[in-house]
Amino acid sequence: MKPVYPLRRTCKEVSALLVAREDRALPLVERMALRLHMAMCQACPRFEHQLLTLRNAMGQWRNYSDNER
Amino acid sequence: MSQPNPPSFEQQVADLRVYLLKFARLQLRNDAWAEDAVSETMLAAISRPQAFEQRSQLKTWLVGILKHKIIDAMRHNSREVCLSSGNDDESADPLEHMAFKADGHFAEKPADWGNPEQDLNSRQFFAVLEACTDKLPAVQGRLFLMREWLELSSEEICKELSLTPTNLYVQLHRARLRLRECLELNWFARPSTK
Repeated sequence: MKPVYPLRRTCKEVSALLVAREDRALPLVERMALRLHMAMCQACPRFEHQLLTLRNAMGQWRNYSDNER
Repeated sequence: MSQPNPPSFEQQVADLRVYLLKFARLQLRNDAWAEDAVSETMLAAISRPQAFEQRSQLKTWLVGILKHKIIDAMRHNSREVCLSSGNDDESADPLEHMAFKADGHFAEKPADWGNPEQDLNSRQFFAVLEACTDKLPAVQGRLFLMREWLELSSEEICKELSLTPTNLYVQLHRARLRLRECLELNWFARPSTK
């Protein structure tokens, strides 16, 4: 049965959206669902933080690669 | 005895061969393609030394040329680039490795990676990051580094490799989750910290 609330997402769905966001623009409805979930959830912001760390790490790695050895 | 001459431009370029090869291999996952891309890079550099501005680092300049040569190689070999070697574990979505309950909510909160500021200044961290990237299945590794090292957009990657967006997104989704998992196991959860 489809959820009654069109903007309700599980943590698993939100995790997939957070990963997808690194590579593509999300449709408006997904962005809204994401915001709604992140405002209420204690766990998903941790996962988001991990992905942001990863994003920063890759950026640093690009720069760092010039300075090593 | 005369003073030793400073290394010639050719010598300086040649000294960076191993360095360039490391990146070429990481991105291309094919030794022959990597050797070719690096050789072409060095030839291009040596044949027009006047294009190198002393203000920038020689490394940076060479890496810039190498990136173009690598994109050429990927385009030229686009079929093989996207062809998995069979042991890539096609069916597995790494999202399934994470602790979700049956209702799709986290069984436990994801680990707190803390303030990674000091991690990002550490040489060891980048060694782990490189090792984790290298451990990705070949297709995932190539596509992931096209995004993160060559800094191509998803649209550009699809165009260069004649790949459908759906196919690209599946591979990138897996690559990012695997890398996350690898870093968690090998860096953020290591016993010596926190």
